[in-house]
Amino acid sequence: MTQSNTKLQVMWNRLLAVVEEQGQALIRAAFSPIVRECGDISAGIFDFQGRMLAQAVTGTPGHINTMAEAVITLRARFPVQDMKPGDIYMTNDPWIASGHLNDFLLLMPVFFKNRVIGFTSCTSHLVDLGGLGMGPEGSDIYDEGLLIPPCKLGSKGEVNALLMDIVKANSREPVANEGDIYALIACCEAGASSLSQMMQEFAINDLNALSDYIIETSRNATIKAIAALPKGTWHSTLTVDGYDAEIELRAALTIATDHLLIDFAGTARCTNKGINVPLNYATAYTVFALRCIIGPEIPNNAGSLAPFRVTAPKGCILNAQPPVPVAMRHTLGQMTPDLVYGCLSQALPNIVPAEGASCMYDLPLRHVPEAADLGHQKFATELVFSGGTGARPTLDGLSATAFPSGVWGSQVETTEAAAPILIHSRELRRDSGGAGQYRGGLGQHIEVSSAIEEDIMLFLSVERVGNPAKGRHGGLDGATGRIRMGHDGTDLPSKGEFRIKAGKTLIFETPGGGGFGAPQNRHPNALQNDVEADLVSAQAADKLYRKQP
Amino acid sequence: MTSTNGFQLAIDIGGTFTDTVLIDNANQILASTKTPTTPDAPALAAIEGASSVLNQANVSWEQITTFIHGTTLATNALIERRGAKVATITSAGFRDILEIAYERRYSQYAINIEKPDLIVPRKYAFTIAGRMNAQGQELTPLDEESSGALAAVLADNAIEAVSICLLHSYVNPSHELRLRTLLNEHLPDLIVSLSHEVSPEAREFDRLCTTIANAYIQPLMSGYLADIQRRFSAKGLTCPVLMMTAAGGMTTLETAARLPIRLVESGPAGGAILAARLAAETNEPEVLSFDMGGTTAKLSLIDDFRPQMSRKFEISRAARFVKGSGMPVRIPVIEMIEIGAGGGSIASVDTLGRVAVGPQSAGSVPGPVGFGKGGTKATVTDADIALGYIDPKHFAEGRLKIDRPAAEHALQSGIGARLGLNATAAATAVSEIVDEAMASAARMHGVESGKDLSNRLMIAFGGNGPLHATRVARRAGIHRILIPQDPGVGSAVGFLFAPVSFEIIRSYYTTLLTANLDALNTLFQSMFQEAEQVVRAGAPQGTLKQRRVAFMRYKGQGHEIEVELGSQPLTPADITRLSADFETEYARQFGRRVPGMTIEILNWGLSLSSQEPALAAKLPPTKQRKIAPNSTRSIWCNVTDTWHDGAMFTRAELQSGDTFDGPALIVEPQTTTFVSADFRADIDGQGNIWLTSTQGAPQ
Repeated sequence: MTQSNTKLQVMWNRLLAVVEEQGQALIRAAFSPIVRECGDISAGIFDFQGRMLAQAVTGTPGHINTMAEAVITLRARFPVQDMKPGDIYMTNDPWIASGHLNDFLLLMPVFFKNRVIGFTSCTSHLVDLGGLGMGPEGSDIYDEGLLIPPCKLGSKGEVNALLMDIVKANSREPVANEGDIYALIACCEAGASSLSQMMQEFAINDLNALSDYIIETSRNATIKAIAALPKGTWHSTLTVDGYDAEIELRAALTIATDHLLIDFAGTARCTNKGINVPLNYATAYTVFALRCIIGPEIPNNAGSLAPFRVTAPKGCILNAQPPVPVAMRHTLGQMTPDLVYGCLSQALPNIVPAEGASCMYDLPLRHVPEAADLGHQKFATELVFSGGTGARPTLDGLSATAFPSGVWGSQVETTEAAAPILIHSRELRRDSGGAGQYRGGLGQHIEVSSAIEEDIMLFLSVERVGNPAKGRHGGLDGATGRIRMGHDGTDLPSKGEFRIKAGKTLIFETPGGGGFGAPQNRHPNALQNDVEADLVSAQAADKLYRKQP
Repeated sequence: MTSTNGFQLAIDIGGTFTDTVLIDNANQILASTKTPTTPDAPALAAIEGASSVLNQANVSWEQITTFIHGTTLATNALIERRGAKVATITSAGFRDILEIAYERRYSQYAINIEKPDLIVPRKYAFTIAGRMNAQGQELTPLDEESSGALAAVLADNAIEAVSICLLHSYVNPSHELRLRTLLNEHLPDLIVSLSHEVSPEAREFDRLCTTIANAYIQPLMSGYLADIQRRFSAKGLTCPVLMMTAAGGMTTLETAARLPIRLVESGPAGGAILAARLAAETNEPEVLSFDMGGTTAKLSLIDDFRPQMSRKFEISRAARFVKGSGMPVRIPVIEMIEIGAGGGSIASVDTLGRVAVGPQSAGSVPGPVGFGKGGTKATVTDADIALGYIDPKHFAEGRLKIDRPAAEHALQSGIGARLGLNATAAATAVSEIVDEAMASAARMHGVESGKDLSNRLMIAFGGNGPLHATRVARRAGIHRILIPQDPGVGSAVGFLFAPVSFEIIRSYYTTLLTANLDALNTLFQSMFQEAEQVVRAGAPQGTLKQRRVAFMRYKGQGHEIEVELGSQPLTPADITRLSADFETEYARQFGRRVPGMTIEILNWGLSLSSQEPALAAKLPPTKQRKIAPNSTRSIWCNVTDTWHDGAMFTRAELQSGDTFDGPALIVEPQTTTFVSADFRADIDGQGNIWLTSTQGAPQ
């Protein structure tokens, strides 16, 4: 490291700060609850070649790698010599942007001294793109709403009014969509302006030296982390609930000297409902899971991401091809970390956690279709609840905590103030955490009904109702999720459209995480604490933990 | 300020030092002192400090007409877990408000995180049947019969304090009030904190946490406050003791004992009040306050002479300085960003071969290597010593011996050896990284608040603020800096400019167009009465300033914008104006309005305060005169990247109108001001140092 390397490091820190600033600005201005509660956005800075130099760390890992690849695609589509200051490019193509139509990606060339020196890009989740709305019921992408291929949104600072009108005309929430697109533009512009200011301050005319430094440093550190891993190929299979039939996901992980390869060969074909996953999105969660274990301190950029490769046969459910429906691609996308950890735990048995609830437990509630005719109150609210995470090799799993997504849960008081629903109960589910030397995190027990004696529509797309989070190394499985109408009602499947009748209470139980290590090895004090805290019942303590092997 | 006839005393008890300042009725500082804090009996250091300044100024205890006190005791009790044994009582069906929280991990990539310790274990989390809805209507009556059994369980578990947080109590508190009465019938000595009194806002997790924190420190703080009163009265103090709050106002001992949670972080608040005061005196409407001490740097924005306020902050973070890793506390507080960058922050090299600084700090023990008190790891102060910015002859009035070779050796061996750098280059790297971290924090804070930094005046103080000000300002794009007098005891000085005040925030959900104005006016009336009672106890005479605000947002968005309501009851005519005010501010922050959206409001605020002391008459600066230094000293020039002769000045000798160019050092007992080569220094009529960039304004 030399004096000038110190400057490069300071500039790297600056870029990381700039993308975080962009991300924060985008979250503040967003209209979509999923952006506000989950930070479902991304912001990045790219060099002249389109190599990603910095990306904001946000609540949803769904944009890791996705954005890096998308910018390369758009960069190749539009010749740089035609770009003018103030030009902006846009797309929501699920196979380019981020796996479903709601995610819009913008790209803006950054000019410094009249030359393009790099790009800024950002992504945000828009509320509504028409079609059937966000749900698994579409039979193809055309049912799911408006797709905008890569195109020029702005020319020399002038927004394409026709394009904006098309986006608005095809949405149930035109005003919010317009607001979100303007927020994305502002985010790109802010990044571009911060980047030029930095170049001015440090008296540089291009990003070449800086991007080489960032990318090489990150790649070397990542390869060093990979070099320390055992080499070989490991296989795993994960069975998930699917829409109306179980689905098998398969993966093979190869750890080579300088890269990792995940291949999804053997994974089931796509279904006819919108839970199919484009490969860019499956890759995002796969790489996220691996990066949590391998070099987590290294920032995301072209250098640190390059050694992580993901492949899958076209047409399998983790490499869905147009025009299959993909609106709810996160339901299975969020299961890929458990699939990948199934391989990685064979290579690193003492580092990888047990399986967790993983898929977020979305509870979108809406007024019934006839509400307007009946003069009933119209409303829509999307509650998100989490189950337990898998036990870690030296720690219990986290109860009622989102992983891999970084979604925030809702508060009962604000929920009840904003929508005509009443939450009767929300507590941890005793004995739902998989027993083990380290216990899986507990799921939740939630009871909800209409506050005003009217029917409510419920849209389900969750997982782990039929297939629990598995324990590892002798740890037991977590409890499965369970959804029913009233304590004596029959169990509902994990996906579909249902009606909560006036006077009925929906019981919504989220899954627990798997345990790690044999329950008999749990420290007696830890077990005692669990029993005192009523997280584990006395019976379960006797039956699962104290029985002699 | 209650009186301006006599003398005013301010004492700020910090973790390491207790700062004491005495001023006269013209707000002139007569004496100040730093005494080591006495953690076992904090009042002792306070008495020592007070005796010392009274002696210096030849003033008697009886002549003190105002005594303002701030302490980190409340903060430290929370950090060090020295509070009471607390239990919670929540609504039946909601035992796990604390365990479930917001269901999130505070660090995206960290698999092995542990959640923050929120004080009350699940075994002491109890519930009682009874339920209100969001409109405050009773759905299920309180299960009064079970209160006896509940009291017995509390007694069996030797619970000292209980925090009660029932759903929607911020709209209808009757169940909470009734439950306290019932419990106290069985257990008269049980300390009970009610959530609607401590933090009457929606969001049960935040409200419960705030109530727990309040209950946890209540026994300790009420004992301490009684002790302070007793000891100072015994010395002959006749005026009331007023306590500094996190919101930058003063409150009475009675209110402080009831709501001790409002006392946390009062020291840093004093610093922001000082900066706001200076902003008013110099007529600077846009200011960034920069307070850099030994362990952390604190930044806050001051607009129109008011510090930016917040309604929430975090205590006892599981990962220091990681947002979201702590326990949220919802009270009115001066908005401040605090990062682990101070003189004692330790430098290291990370796995990527990059220099990292902090958040670990060498503190005052063992301290920086160059202080020769046993420190072995290179710190920010060691880098400043190696770059020549700290003059061993003048540092801390010569009381502390500076070992420059030791500082250089630590930098070379700890940092330089791993990166192929000599001591100077390693010191430069440490300085650049920590200065960039502070500048980034400032920029981020600006972005989060929708404020631009480039036209702001930076007001720098704290032990290390004046030393790093020009370096941080340049990176943050700031061109003007003010260094006040006595920058080392800035927080205590700030206490003396604080009004007696009280702020209340209540939740009441409505959209702007459908608001029930009668209900709102009744709500504000009750908030006013509550605040008036508190403020009048500390400021019996004089007019009071009232400020009413609504926290408004577009339906569907999360970001709230504070809109002033005026101090009169709302009428239908106000709605249009409020809508326009909201959209104007929204457009300022986000570039454009969003026409056709519904505006909604959940939270409403009222603050009531006494008048602040009048501004001192501004002395016009005398004619500018270029002055020559007393001496020079070789310092590292961070503009040309070479060693350079820097001019040396003694602050006490500088006169109004004096001006000189950097690179230069201005030495005073508590700190040193570093004037970079790209800045010029001017002394104004009040003795403030103004540093102005010679590189011109930003493009």
